[in-house]
Amino acid sequence: MSTAERPTAAVGDPTLATPDANGAEAAAPEQGAAAAASSSVDHGAARLPDPPFTADHEELRGSIRRWVDAELKPHVQEWEDAEWVPSSVFRRAGELGFLGLAYPTELGGQGGGPIDEAVFQQELARSGSAGLAAALGAPVTIATPPILKFGTSEQRQRWIPPVLRGATVAALAITEPGTGSDVAGVQTTARKVDGGFVVNGEKCYITGGVRADHLVAAVKTSEEGGHGGISFLVIERPPAPEGSEDDPALLGADRGDGITARPLQKLGWHASDTALISLQDVFVPDEHLLGELHGAFKLIMANFAWERISMALGAVAGMDAVLETTKAYVAERKAFGRRIADFQGTRWALAEMGTKAEACRALTFEALRKHDLGVVTPMEVAQVKLMTQRAMVEVADGCLQLHGGAGYMKEYGIERALRDARLGPIGGGTDEIMKDVIGRMMGV
Amino acid sequence: MATDTVLKPDHAASGRHPIFTDEHDELRASIRSFVEKELAPHADAWEETTFPDSVFTRMGELGYLGLHYPEEYGGQGGDYATQIVLAEEMSRSHSGGLVMGVAVHTDMANPPLKLLGTHEQKLQYLVPAMKGEKIACLGITEPGAGSDVAGIQTTAVRDGDEWVVNGSKLYITNGHRADYIVLVVKTDPDAGYGGFSLLIVDMDSPGVVREKRLEKLGMHASDTALLAFQDVRVPAENLLGEEGKGFYHIMWELQGERLVAAAGAVAAADRLVERTLEFARERQAFGRSIGKFQGIRWKFAEMATKIEAGRQMTYNTAWRVMQGEYPVREISMAKLYTSRMACEVADECLQIHGGAGYMKEYGIERAWRDLRLNRIGAGTDETMLEVIGRSYGL
Repeated sequence: MSTAERPTAAVGDPTLATPDANGAEAAAPEQGAAAAASSSVDHGAARLPDPPFTADHEELRGSIRRWVDAELKPHVQEWEDAEWVPSSVFRRAGELGFLGLAYPTELGGQGGGPIDEAVFQQELARSGSAGLAAALGAPVTIATPPILKFGTSEQRQRWIPPVLRGATVAALAITEPGTGSDVAGVQTTARKVDGGFVVNGEKCYITGGVRADHLVAAVKTSEEGGHGGISFLVIERPPAPEGSEDDPALLGADRGDGITARPLQKLGWHASDTALISLQDVFVPDEHLLGELHGAFKLIMANFAWERISMALGAVAGMDAVLETTKAYVAERKAFGRRIADFQGTRWALAEMGTKAEACRALTFEALRKHDLGVVTPMEVAQVKLMTQRAMVEVADGCLQLHGGAGYMKEYGIERALRDARLGPIGGGTDEIMKDVIGRMMGV
Repeated sequence: MATDTVLKPDHAASGRHPIFTDEHDELRASIRSFVEKELAPHADAWEETTFPDSVFTRMGELGYLGLHYPEEYGGQGGDYATQIVLAEEMSRSHSGGLVMGVAVHTDMANPPLKLLGTHEQKLQYLVPAMKGEKIACLGITEPGAGSDVAGIQTTAVRDGDEWVVNGSKLYITNGHRADYIVLVVKTDPDAGYGGFSLLIVDMDSPGVVREKRLEKLGMHASDTALLAFQDVRVPAENLLGEEGKGFYHIMWELQGERLVAAAGAVAAADRLVERTLEFARERQAFGRSIGKFQGIRWKFAEMATKIEAGRQMTYNTAWRVMQGEYPVREISMAKLYTSRMACEVADECLQIHGGAGYMKEYGIERAWRDLRLNRIGAGTDETMLEVIGRSYGL
């Protein structure tokens, strides 16, 4: 059971009492058998929050979890089927202050840091829909940090507060049809004209790209492009037509700005809109250049650490969630006259998965701690990303297997966990890129 | 040594396994042409709608539903290897759901009829089945009994000249379209393994309820049903095989199903690697095609080696079956190994495709979803491990 539940449950939160009670029940037979023994090991005991989380973070966790349980979880299937999260959910998250946890108060944030946002990431992952977590999380976790870090005061005031309120949505636009892992290979061009740039090109796999009010886009500003020739532009879209806020077709249509965005269909992450965006002679004013001209490569790299640690946090929480569901299933399901939990093969499978999840938790929390202190290295981040994303797939796969035929059926939600998990080793830098980063940094 | 006498590796050698002859090659070519022309172009559409029943009539017309069935009942009288050819070539439809729907008919529901059916039963069911005019399904799994076949609760009670069937069956492929079901029922609740029997039940009999169409991870082109049987009256002569021998009959059936599943898994993995090779040759990153990176090249080497091992395992096991052996251990090994192998290959091919692999339009994610059933259906990995492990007396 995750460390998360204990402290908050201890303060008597009624929403959290249920999972806690279940946990206690599940542990009961084992404890019964061992109760009289001298061992003082109490596997079900409340434990202090793992560093770097503190009691304050756990309190925050409690309130996010209540919101996720009450207002998100009941709609997850509906939003997965619709391949869309209503815009009102973004505004609600903003109203509760969950979108601005790590942002300064003067920009409408809560003035916290990455560890607070980490709690948000973890709890969103527990909704059981990575698409929902991505839709809500991406604007603040990946699209807005470049503006916070490298934007001018005007730029920050213009684009950050509405995103934190959930009133607008930002999307990070780097990947292109011909350029994925090879970030410096960006081909979308921004031609200098009087007063600004004219942008032409295509961006793909853009999370939130259909809904986005502005794109934080990497474009080629020099003839040769490459590491020293790409820049970040914030490309604003004109206001969406009246009544279109939850209509992907209308939202994605050209608003006279030369931009069209169409949702792509994918293996998982169904609740999140993933767009192919076409930019045709899109005018972007000079003051929308973010950071230095030709200086985007550094900016892109600067946020990779947080994006990857966020993914790791999602995986750690996701593994916990899927393991809890599976433990409940194997404790119920009977075959050959006993619970399938009573087969050694099942127990060993769970043991392997639980160990993997625990190792990932330790690795991730340590990276988070170091990131918060500003001392995490790209190599550590790549290792965390590589290990946790692969582990999440393996754990979801193992849990699906323990569900047998039920695991293959949609109604149990396990197949969704596996489909969602499968993006992990691809998005945010593929496993292959992680291995390249790690290998090159080993000094051989 | 003169250069022209030096032996050079022949990567293009056909390497035909001895279970196959020229006749099998001819059969393979005609099935391939049919699948590529008449099935593959519709694969995307059928994912949304499930494939039409006309696939059965067309395949019946071409003789593909009865390759390994006796000529006197409308089959082609071919050997077991012809079934392997069919399983392999069907993979070119790029639709796991379609392959499975047809295989349930040719390799799961009808083999027991061929082996155990009376002349009358064969005339009534097998003859139209060979033509694709009647579609078959097989009813083993229940909500409370999956791997544990002996846990089946559906009962058939004898009442005069009829059996009265009550119970439910789950995850039944073709359950919505089928004209008849080969049903595993309990005819003697006190007899343990000896208490099961097989019945052929017409699906339009009163009391047969085709409940909801189940939504699943993959195999979207196939229909998967939850079926209920409420006081369904079945004529006594529809008992298939011996009363009380149903458990053993179905264990026999499962062996054929598993070996064909193995052949299908190997072929599906082949298709994935073919498509991914093409992608890796074309896709450029960091100034070269990604296939030119050592890491990617090695991935292909690993996959190809695993596939080849799975293929030889399957062919050699098929050869043993064709020699009249009943190699349950080897069949279980082939099923276990090839199912896992195919999932690993699908996963690696998806990975090599990067972001494109995650998108529907490339079809790789579909294969990944479809193949995941191989480790569950026709006996889970765990069941295979149990069969193999116990075969050593453990």
